[in-house]
Amino acid sequence: MARVVVDVMPKPEILDPQGKAVLGALPRLGFDLVTDVRQGKRFELQVDGEITDAVLAEIDKVAETLLSNPVIEDYEVHVEDHSVSEVAHEAGRA
Amino acid sequence: MKVGVVTFPGSLDDVDARRAVSIGGNEAVALWHGDEDLKGVDAVVLPGGFSYGDYLRCGAISRFAPVMTSVIEAAGKGMPVLGICNGFQILCESHLLPGALIRNDHRKFVCRDQRLRIERVDTPWTSAYAAGAEVTIVLKNGEGGFVADEPTLDRLEGEGLVVARYLDDNPNGSLRDIAGISNERGNVVGLMPHPEHAVEDLTGPGTDGLGFFTSLVERAFA
Repeated sequence: MARVVVDVMPKPEILDPQGKAVLGALPRLGFDLVTDVRQGKRFELQVDGEITDAVLAEIDKVAETLLSNPVIEDYEVHVEDHSVSEVAHEAGRA
Repeated sequence: MKVGVVTFPGSLDDVDARRAVSIGGNEAVALWHGDEDLKGVDAVVLPGGFSYGDYLRCGAISRFAPVMTSVIEAAGKGMPVLGICNGFQILCESHLLPGALIRNDHRKFVCRDQRLRIERVDTPWTSAYAAGAEVTIVLKNGEGGFVADEPTLDRLEGEGLVVARYLDDNPNGSLRDIAGISNERGNVVGLMPHPEHAVEDLTGPGTDGLGFFTSLVERAFA
């Protein structure tokens, strides 16, 4: 079982009122370093079997068709090679 | 004329829309999101509400409902389709209309009587209005900010595809004060304010919204 992650972000030129709300809250909490916030969405998709080019092409279609609206959002697809437990296991072995 | 009103899970204003269709002199036909059958209607209204809980994006899931396959096909052949509020969002997600609707710039839900100017009156939904008519219609939305890229906005204005524009005060950050648009042919219209809530003096700010529901009749007898 492999995992493909799709990150969806509002396009830079599109106003992001939710990000603005988060940004507005930060100084009230004493966090003064952050100068801008953009809020997006992260989708974690489980896929059976190997991640082949054909699988990635289909995920790209999923991202373009449903997960994002290309009029206002950009998306990025990336593959997570190992599950969290596998990464932890390898770290322990090293 | 028979006018179908689609009910999606989470639609709020489908019953009001059917009532407005009847008051406007047409026969209202209830349509169901899960059924591709348009029951022989002559026109379709996609009503307001929060279909599918606004999950993912407003209108994004509804756009793939079985009924929308038929609506998109019929719209392509010229059937009049009016999307109100959530219905407007569904039309944009379906790419029947350009642009998209995002969260209000001031981040608050807005509910008020809104003054509008009706700018395109050669559509089956707006022919009852005089060009430039100033009307007051209920507006209620959380994600009503109309956005599109500059070339699209220029094209909408240049080709006269802006159906309605906000007057006095822009309530939601819509670019160029756009409250409603149409496709080139004019049969598909999307509108953020709610004309179905302005068809009777007893409820709402007056009857300025009635024209959206009487235009079809005037066209039929024209």
